[in-house]
Amino acid sequence: MSTRSRLIICAVVLGALHLGVACAGFFAPYDPAAQDREHPYAPPMRLHFVDARGGIHLRPFAYAQELRTGSFDQYEENTARAIPMRFFARGASYRVLGVLPLRWHLFGTDAPVYLLGTDGYGRDLLSRVLFGGQVSLLAGLIGAGLTLSIGLCIGAAAGFWGGWKDEVLMRVAELFLALPWIYLLFAMRAFLPLAVPPLKAFLLVVVVIGAVGWARPARMVRGIVLSAKERNFVRAARGFGATGGYLLRRHILPETGSVVLTQAAVLVPQFVLAEMTLSFLGLGVPEPVPSWGNLLASLQHYNVLVSYWWMYLPALVMVPFFLGYLVLASLLQGSSRATKIEEAPVEV
Amino acid sequence: MSEWRGKWAQCGAVVAVVAILCCGLFVCRAESFPAPSAQASAHENEKEELLRVAGESGRRGGRIVIALKAEPKTLNPLTAADTPSREVISTMQGDLVHINRATQLTEPALAKSWKISADGLQYTLTLRQGLKFSDGHPVDIEDVLFTFRVYLDEAVHATQRDLLIVGGKPITVRKVDAQTVAFTFAKPYGVGERIFDGLAILPRHLLETAYKEGKLGQSGALGTAANQWAGLGAFRLKEYVAGQRLVLERNPHYWKADEQGNRLPYLDEIVFLFVPSADAQVLRFQSGETDMISRLGAENFSVLSRQARDYTMADAGPGLEYNFLFFNLNDLGEKAPAEMLRKQSWFRSEKFRQAVSLAIDREAIVRLVYQGRGAALWGPVTPGNARWANAAIRYPGRSLDKSRQLLAEAGFRSANGDNGEPKLVDADGKPVEFSIITSSSNADRAKMAALIQDDLKQLGMRAQVVPLELRSLIDRVTQTKEYDTCVLGIASFDADPNPEMNVWLSSGGMHLWNPSQKHAATNWEAEIDRLMEQQLTVTNTAERKKLYDRVQEILVEHQPMIFLASPDILVGAKKSIGNFHPVVLEPYALWNVEQLYQRNGAENARR
Repeated sequence: MSTRSRLIICAVVLGALHLGVACAGFFAPYDPAAQDREHPYAPPMRLHFVDARGGIHLRPFAYAQELRTGSFDQYEENTARAIPMRFFARGASYRVLGVLPLRWHLFGTDAPVYLLGTDGYGRDLLSRVLFGGQVSLLAGLIGAGLTLSIGLCIGAAAGFWGGWKDEVLMRVAELFLALPWIYLLFAMRAFLPLAVPPLKAFLLVVVVIGAVGWARPARMVRGIVLSAKERNFVRAARGFGATGGYLLRRHILPETGSVVLTQAAVLVPQFVLAEMTLSFLGLGVPEPVPSWGNLLASLQHYNVLVSYWWMYLPALVMVPFFLGYLVLASLLQGSSRATKIEEAPVEV
Repeated sequence: MSEWRGKWAQCGAVVAVVAILCCGLFVCRAESFPAPSAQASAHENEKEELLRVAGESGRRGGRIVIALKAEPKTLNPLTAADTPSREVISTMQGDLVHINRATQLTEPALAKSWKISADGLQYTLTLRQGLKFSDGHPVDIEDVLFTFRVYLDEAVHATQRDLLIVGGKPITVRKVDAQTVAFTFAKPYGVGERIFDGLAILPRHLLETAYKEGKLGQSGALGTAANQWAGLGAFRLKEYVAGQRLVLERNPHYWKADEQGNRLPYLDEIVFLFVPSADAQVLRFQSGETDMISRLGAENFSVLSRQARDYTMADAGPGLEYNFLFFNLNDLGEKAPAEMLRKQSWFRSEKFRQAVSLAIDREAIVRLVYQGRGAALWGPVTPGNARWANAAIRYPGRSLDKSRQLLAEAGFRSANGDNGEPKLVDADGKPVEFSIITSSSNADRAKMAALIQDDLKQLGMRAQVVPLELRSLIDRVTQTKEYDTCVLGIASFDADPNPEMNVWLSSGGMHLWNPSQKHAATNWEAEIDRLMEQQLTVTNTAERKKLYDRVQEILVEHQPMIFLASPDILVGAKKSIGNFHPVVLEPYALWNVEQLYQRNGAENARR
């Protein structure tokens, strides 16, 4: 299989995963913040096609879970109470991509069915994982976009104009690399008003993680610009009287394209992880809004760790996303190397 | 914890805001406890009057290992404020009169008997014969006089000093004869002889020099040489390894004996390990490294109960800790931001507070936060404190309808929010939104706040939970007063209203919703002040109870604090530990440390 077709497959898979998360409201059966106080730490419910008496049903159903008497978190299936799934049912209202209000869900049930179980407040883990992905992935994408834009501008400026500007910008970059950004965040949080609404908290997280990470891409871009501006076709264009801005735009920046794309594919999962770290430390998105980070935060407790295995599932869900991005990055890197080899004889 | 107390000064010795993760208390309610018999029998051993205590006889020898969440800061009872220090000191020191942690009643200790004068102003205590400090030095009446001189000396800054000021004047102490001492109070004191509980009698022969040099506060550091420190407790200092452990050994001169007349304690050693996190303590207990575990959270308790192998897990029932939500009712003056003043105008409305209170589902808190191992509260006195709880005060159950009705009466109304969800607005049409601060180190309270947030959402209120580091939370509540509402908890050391004076008096530093007022801000706060002052000097318990019942009623009526829930005291111990009878008063499992023993001496010796 050629690199190109592999790239396409990878992009399609990633796209589908993102679409799933973007339409979380449709795939998630419930409101991610809705508490079902009768079902804390309910384990994932199994879908059946065959009932307890051996009868076969075309429509999948689940058996209701009931607390074992005298227990707080031990459930048993009540085979007398089957809950059939209805597809394309109406349920909690949500907005597609934050705009279009809808009430249609992939499936709905008359009594709650928790396919991935519930957390300590009885909130549906499936819905939380899907909605949490919106926050985490958006943070990753915006953060990576911000970092790369700043990195590209600064790196290109430093590499193209050189001299004292280069010196200053690169020393600042080194300063940023050495910055203990977690403490920076703690300090920033202390200056903010006490109660930050979830949306603002989210934006803050994104801006901070985006703004502090530009140094590394900037240094890479600078390196490429430095070598690109000495290439023959750039010199030729300069000889014809092209201005600095034109040269950058038309000839030099396109050279950085493959590096920037590769960087993006590496940075997105990195920023998702950064968002998780912050939420894990209580600096991210406040409860009850889910994010992958605060979904995992409950695993800090020993009892959750040993008692409720389904609380690990959010970590599992992230695997295909990260894998997708990393495969994409390595494919992009490979293809950029290939183009360079093709170009090489031209340059000589 | 100690910072908290430092700020609120000395009453800290008595009331501590429990900022611990854990909680839970109690002991088997139905079981009868081996209560030490109230009469000291003369033991014919060199005129030594040993106190005989009832209970299962154990075997001598062995040791137990217990984890503390932090290193004790000191061994000095004068300056100890943190929980680990108090726990260690309680095994090393003795008091004149002791409150039996199981019966919650007083019983003779170093004083074999006492008399109270008819006017309730004079207490005459007779010391036991033949007492010796743990270093073998005999105890005489001069030690008692020295002890109280030290406690009352302002220059020493003893945490106990405030307790000994009755009716605005320090109590006076006078020697009657070689075995008898008389205490005189300026006013009758409602608590009676309970005042002497926890006041350790200090060894004059070791401390007098330091006292004269004004260095008493510094003595008793953990590094003190074992022969330079002594007390009247069951155990004495043996070894301290910084950062790892503190080892205490049996006090061979201890003044208690079992029913057969064998001198207590049974154990040769207690080892305190320093294990900072609750989860790590659970792991150590599971692996058998420690013999006992207390201050367990409900979740860890059920993990241990599920896997119970060779240990007994005990739910002692609701403790004295009560958790609550309170509003910022401080007088912030004209300069406060307009938004804060608007929020305060809601908070000052009694109907608003009652509506919030009725909307909070306490049963869900007990079930989801404490896994059912706790009690829903409506007033401040927990079921663990049965003698003082006002029986008429019961949680009426959640009622959103009543809540909505109260809000409507107070001028609030429902409006449509941007996303179709109803939102509550005040008379000026401003949406009701506020924040709830809670300690980030206390998972239980953070969970309570999240449940409250969801409960209030159903009324259309938007509450936001803000976890803060404990120190900055306390700073906001007591100093800067920059907060809207707060979820916190308090645990008393004693089942008596007196340790709570600082909380209920409007002038008190722990009168959290509006601390240290010069004059009571409201009529009902003035009434509470009056009732609390009055119960301090009434000596008839029934009369005191009546006064305190009224205080509870006023609190429930005006809801300055919305009482939420009280966790059970949860403890565990290896099955090999004998006489393990945890109680709801501190130190939950170690209150009868002199009677604890290892059933299996040989196995233990190998360790």
